[in-house]
Amino acid sequence: MNTVTQSKPESVSRMKTLINKSMSAKPVNFQGEMGATVGSIHADNPRITCRNVNVFYAENHAIQDINLDIGTNEVISLIGPSGCGKSTFLRCLNRMNDTVEGCRVSGEIKIDDVDVYSKHLDVVPLRAQVGMVFQKPNPFPKSIYDNIAYGPKIHGLASTKAELDQIVESSLRKAGLWDEVKDRLDQPGTGLSGGQQQRLCIARTLSVEPEVILMDEPCSALDPIATAKIEQLIDELRQRYTIAIVTHSMQQAARVSQRTAYFHLGKLIEVGKTSDVFTNPLHELTQDYITGRFG
Amino acid sequence: MQTPYLLFTLLILSVLAYFIGKRRSVTVVEGALRELHSLPAYYGYYTALWGLIPALFLMLVWLSFEPTWLAHQTVASLPEEIKSLPSSKLNLQLNNIKNVAAGLQVSQRVDPLIVEAAEHYNRLRKISNFALTLVVLTCSLTGIWLAHKKINKDYRARNVVEKIMTGLMILASTIAIFTTVGIVASVVFESLLFFRQVPFFDFLFGLEWSPQTALRADQVGSSGAFGAVPLFAGTLLISSIALIVAVPIGLMSAIYLSEFAGSKFRSTAKPTLEILAGIPTVVYGFFAALTVAPFIRETGELWGWVVSSESALAAGLVMGIMIIPFVSSLSDDVINAVPQSLRDAAYALGATQAETIKQIILPAALPGIVGSILLAASRAIGETMIVVMAAGLAANLTANPLEAVTTVTVQIVTLLVGDQEFDSPKTLSAFALGLMLFVVTLALNVIALHIVRKYREQYE
Ligand SMILES: Nc1ncnc2c1ncn2[C@@H]1O[C@H](COP(=O)(O)OP(=O)(O)OP(=O)(O)O)[C@@H](O)[C@H]1O
Ligand SMILES: [Mg+2]
Repeated sequence: MNTVTQSKPESVSRMKTLINKSMSAKPVNFQGEMGATVGSIHADNPRITCRNVNVFYAENHAIQDINLDIGTNEVISLIGPSGCGKSTFLRCLNRMNDTVEGCRVSGEIKIDDVDVYSKHLDVVPLRAQVGMVFQKPNPFPKSIYDNIAYGPKIHGLASTKAELDQIVESSLRKAGLWDEVKDRLDQPGTGLSGGQQQRLCIARTLSVEPEVILMDEPCSALDPIATAKIEQLIDELRQRYTIAIVTHSMQQAARVSQRTAYFHLGKLIEVGKTSDVFTNPLHELTQDYITGRFG
Repeated sequence: MQTPYLLFTLLILSVLAYFIGKRRSVTVVEGALRELHSLPAYYGYYTALWGLIPALFLMLVWLSFEPTWLAHQTVASLPEEIKSLPSSKLNLQLNNIKNVAAGLQVSQRVDPLIVEAAEHYNRLRKISNFALTLVVLTCSLTGIWLAHKKINKDYRARNVVEKIMTGLMILASTIAIFTTVGIVASVVFESLLFFRQVPFFDFLFGLEWSPQTALRADQVGSSGAFGAVPLFAGTLLISSIALIVAVPIGLMSAIYLSEFAGSKFRSTAKPTLEILAGIPTVVYGFFAALTVAPFIRETGELWGWVVSSESALAAGLVMGIMIIPFVSSLSDDVINAVPQSLRDAAYALGATQAETIKQIILPAALPGIVGSILLAASRAIGETMIVVMAAGLAANLTANPLEAVTTVTVQIVTLLVGDQEFDSPKTLSAFALGLMLFVVTLALNVIALHIVRKYREQYE
């Protein structure tokens, strides 16, 4: 109090400039060293647009002021050190953060020009449209068959048993799991190995034919052959769908994605064409990360 | 020294032994603790156990043989004419002697012979007691000394202590098992006595229950009818009503609490619900008898139905309220224990909350839910007070919930209160009923276990 009364004129003028600054920073904050995202956040044919997305877990400001477009028929890979908010960002897109107590999302996310966080939006069709493969495999404690059939059943995608069988088989084939499990479809999905469970979860996501697929480290427990299979799958899916994939493998990001986004401590540091980001990173942090100098 | 003091001394000794052993282990290696095989505390426990367990064991053996020895010695000192009495009379005399020795004045004039024997008995007891104290303390000290001597840096005190602890745990678990076996055996034995007087199938399938038997040969009337069907039917009726009330309400509140309610509401609502389980059953009883039963009767009369003032419905309804928390609280816990990742998986496929709960969460939580229902059912089957007060004592065989019925446990109570001959079929039938109840609840448990095994969806 004392200091304010003593130097009143100066402090008032300082506050004014502060207010002006924050007012002018309204639409997209490209000022300041850390707040800025370098590269182009825009995609050719945007399907998902995120503006000023912030996520708080109670007091923890997990991701800050993210602006990013994701194009149709595009695979974008999200990379960055552990705990930087990749999963959190992904979970914003199909509103899976709603289930986390104390989690708050602000900003604007639109998918096909529909405001995802609008009060009037029904999350059930949104999630059916935006499928997700989680970081940790989470098969249902049901049979392998029922794991895949569950989604099509609740959405009424199959009218006969034969159709359902067909969906189950094709989903498992796409995920490269069919040959390993075709003789034991009635056994529990939880009894599969870690990598098999991961592919089971991928197949489960495919079974409801979502238009946007969010994949959180889908190959973290897979051998090179299965990984190649999934990467090939991602490439095929790109013809019809939009895909965002989180990965810790630079090679994988380089192989499957057209664009790459680098996250660091909750901020989106750099976005660009994958080839540019890996060969010619604009930001120092990105360069450190992809050349392995980080941490 | 009297036994409690002796026990106390033993405890003190072993606490001392702990410190002695610990100190000893430290001095043995001259403070270089890394050289020791086990941590110093283990040497302490080791010494303490040596001071405690052999001495306790000795004491136990001594105390269990002391009475026999005392009796034998006392009888031996008696004159020949008493010694040669038949054993039942002799026992009577022995009891007299013990009473006098304990200072209980049985009657005014006591045979001087008995008084003398009583004094002898007391002397013997003192000697025995002194010897016991001496032997036990010596044993304890020897044990401590031996253990103390054995401590060196390579001695594996931890392994020995762990072995002894394992032994103690096995002992503790067998105590529970042996008690159960003992109870079951005694019930089976008494039931066999009953079935010698009343044919087994008459009991099991008989449709009439009126256990009044003639006490004297010249009394007229009832020879007793021991058909257990009305009792089991009554139990079944009341328990079913209770479960029909408790299972839906309990399950739904569990689902609400764990899936819909915020954590703040949950943390207050759950303990509040659990208060229901803490209300004494007598209170439920008079609530049922004074509030619910009259209400049911009046409502029934409005419709022109005949409702007795005590009805299975009143008892069942109130009992249902009582067991709600068993279902809700336990089910809530198991539903909460279903991993969030399973919910996420379903939601991410576009499942609604209802679909997720019905098809993913409840199947995964099934074993716990069935367990909670079983617990509630066994409470309902075993409940006595509410039934006595609200459903009556009349053993009617009926499926009409508006009539008075009675249950197995209520009958067991009424059979055993008051003065009874212990070998009349009336009294013995209580054991047979108890046995049947035990068999039924066991069967229920086995069936439920089977159902759970078959339908459970096991998550990791
Ligand atoms: N459910 C949650 N509750 C509270 N904080 C969370 C929760 N989930 C994530 N966080 C926090 O948010 C931040 C970002 O986490 P996030 O899971 O998005 O990281 P990530 O980039 O996916 O890391 P990784 O590569 O290890 O998977 C972390 O600091 C984490 O502690
Ligand atoms: Mg993650």
